[in-house]
Amino acid sequence: MLRIRRFEERCAELYSATKIRGFVHLCIGEEAVAVGVHKALADDDAVVSTYREHGHALAKGITMDAVMAEMYGKATGCSHGRGGSMHLFDRDARFYGGNAIVGGGLPLAVGLALADTRLGRRQVTACFFGDGAVAEGEFHESLNLAALWRLPVLFCCENNQYAMGTPLRREHANTDLGARAVGYGMRSMEVDGMDVLAVEAAAHEAVAHIGRHREPVFLELRTYRFRAHSMYDPDRYRDKTEIESWKRRDPIPALAASLRATADLSDSDMDKMESEVTAEIDGAVAAAEAAPVEPESELTRHVYTERA
Amino acid sequence: MTGTEPATTEARTVTLTYREAMRDALRRALADEPVFLIGEDVGQYGGAFGVTLGLLEEFGPERVIDTPLSESGFVGAGIGAALGGTLPIVEVMTVNFSLLALDQILNNAATLSHMSGGRLHVPLVIRMTTGAGRQLAAQHSHSLEGWYAHIPGLRILAPATVEDARGMLAPALADPDPVLIFEHGSLYNDKATLPATPVPVSIDTAAIRRPGTDATVIGYGGTLATALSAADQLATEGIQAEVIDLRSLRPLDDATIMESVSRTHRAVIVDEGWRSGSLAAEISARITEQAFYDLDAPVERVCSAEVPMPYARHLEQAALPRPSDVAASVRRTVN
Repeated sequence: MLRIRRFEERCAELYSATKIRGFVHLCIGEEAVAVGVHKALADDDAVVSTYREHGHALAKGITMDAVMAEMYGKATGCSHGRGGSMHLFDRDARFYGGNAIVGGGLPLAVGLALADTRLGRRQVTACFFGDGAVAEGEFHESLNLAALWRLPVLFCCENNQYAMGTPLRREHANTDLGARAVGYGMRSMEVDGMDVLAVEAAAHEAVAHIGRHREPVFLELRTYRFRAHSMYDPDRYRDKTEIESWKRRDPIPALAASLRATADLSDSDMDKMESEVTAEIDGAVAAAEAAPVEPESELTRHVYTERA
Repeated sequence: MTGTEPATTEARTVTLTYREAMRDALRRALADEPVFLIGEDVGQYGGAFGVTLGLLEEFGPERVIDTPLSESGFVGAGIGAALGGTLPIVEVMTVNFSLLALDQILNNAATLSHMSGGRLHVPLVIRMTTGAGRQLAAQHSHSLEGWYAHIPGLRILAPATVEDARGMLAPALADPDPVLIFEHGSLYNDKATLPATPVPVSIDTAAIRRPGTDATVIGYGGTLATALSAADQLATEGIQAEVIDLRSLRPLDDATIMESVSRTHRAVIVDEGWRSGSLAAEISARITEQAFYDLDAPVERVCSAEVPMPYARHLEQAALPRPSDVAASVRRTVN
């Protein structure tokens, strides 16, 4: 969580310094969701994500160097500079984006789980999406298909209370999002997304349920982003007291406090972690700064698959 | 006939409809395990146009999968299944319905390879019907393959003959990128006698279906028959029109088009899409760019009238490119 938090804080600085451009959506405040869910996944499980995916990508094991270089639009980026912040991919890590169409990744997750099932593999596909995606038709089509075909999909709804600038109560006739999944005959679990241990426990249980019953599970993770929707967003739609009240539930100090209470974590441990993370980020930034850009002559590559 | 008798000519050929040819291709494709068929009513019903009839019985519900009416969901699932290492053939009933899946086709299938810097590939085939002529009115009759041909990252095929209907699926499946196959609804009952064993066909090149010297008429899919019929009519007047069948709408085979136009010095394009912003407009522009000095007359286009397709037969026929329209265009370029 600390690694994701500090990485994104640096991204915000680099954005202000115009080193990173385009749309940048930070998940600061939502780290417990990314880390907790990934703790319950195996390395070869598939993950489908959204445009707010830096945390998911880092938790899935894409190197920080590859992610940072992608933010810089460099040739060494995980998408060779063609994706940017919103489109991180790594086939070896089974990380399938990085989808910037709200709800667009859900059918892909259904398909990945379908492929695993057809090929006799036991993997799970975790699909992250926000509360805004629940209003899209693709959400409903995908949940129906996954339940109908009993596919191993873990639907992870990051309910951060806002679809861009529109609060939950103004985007959904029924704000109980899990009720939608129940409507498709699917098991639904509601979790405190600010508590990484709770997220991990729920995700473990969900993955075990998927393995046991060969059917999808819907996980609603109640969370909050401390920053605006994107770096472009002046955030005029949220009450400052609401933001402050959620910040008091910051998942990182909360975990640190509970670990300190059980004496599993000392101040020097924290300092050590901070300095390790800083060194990793410094290294990623330095590598991205020094990395070559993809030459313009390569512009039209990768539109179609290159034949050997 | 006993096994010792030599095969007769009859035994080595087979007479198939376009529908049967497509079904034969699907059956051969399904013989390979990673391939599966998925779509609305492809199983129990046998396909909205009867193309997949019998395949469920032959291959079982694991290989021939009926889907709910969820175009975006099941086309997207096909894309995900392709990412996951299988080879789906997705059937969408008509191009009109495919618009519900346009997000998945454009924003995922066509873009994932480039957006991931070549890390992801989407090898799948999406089949759908297109075109008018059966009085199905405006929501079942449009020819939107030209829109799809606009999109980099996709390969767009339009089999116009029974042989191409049988032969294009295998190379389309072998292609590592998404391929869309458009089957014109009025072709399904066309019949032809073919070699019993399929001969591979190209999905890269256009074909000259009728050689000629006086003008080049360019058609594809459902308009090939229109172009050929016009050429027959013109031949009785002593005008020898060469007819090109594009077969692949993306990529376009510029070489075959330009070579023909350089010989005939005249070009007429027949396209069932609307004229404005059409595939015909693209081909016309390319001829102007690449073969302007070979032209003896302006390039002509015969397209559908700029109206949503009407139901009444006479109105529908009036809206579509007719052989007489094509013949009139060719006469204008020749005179």
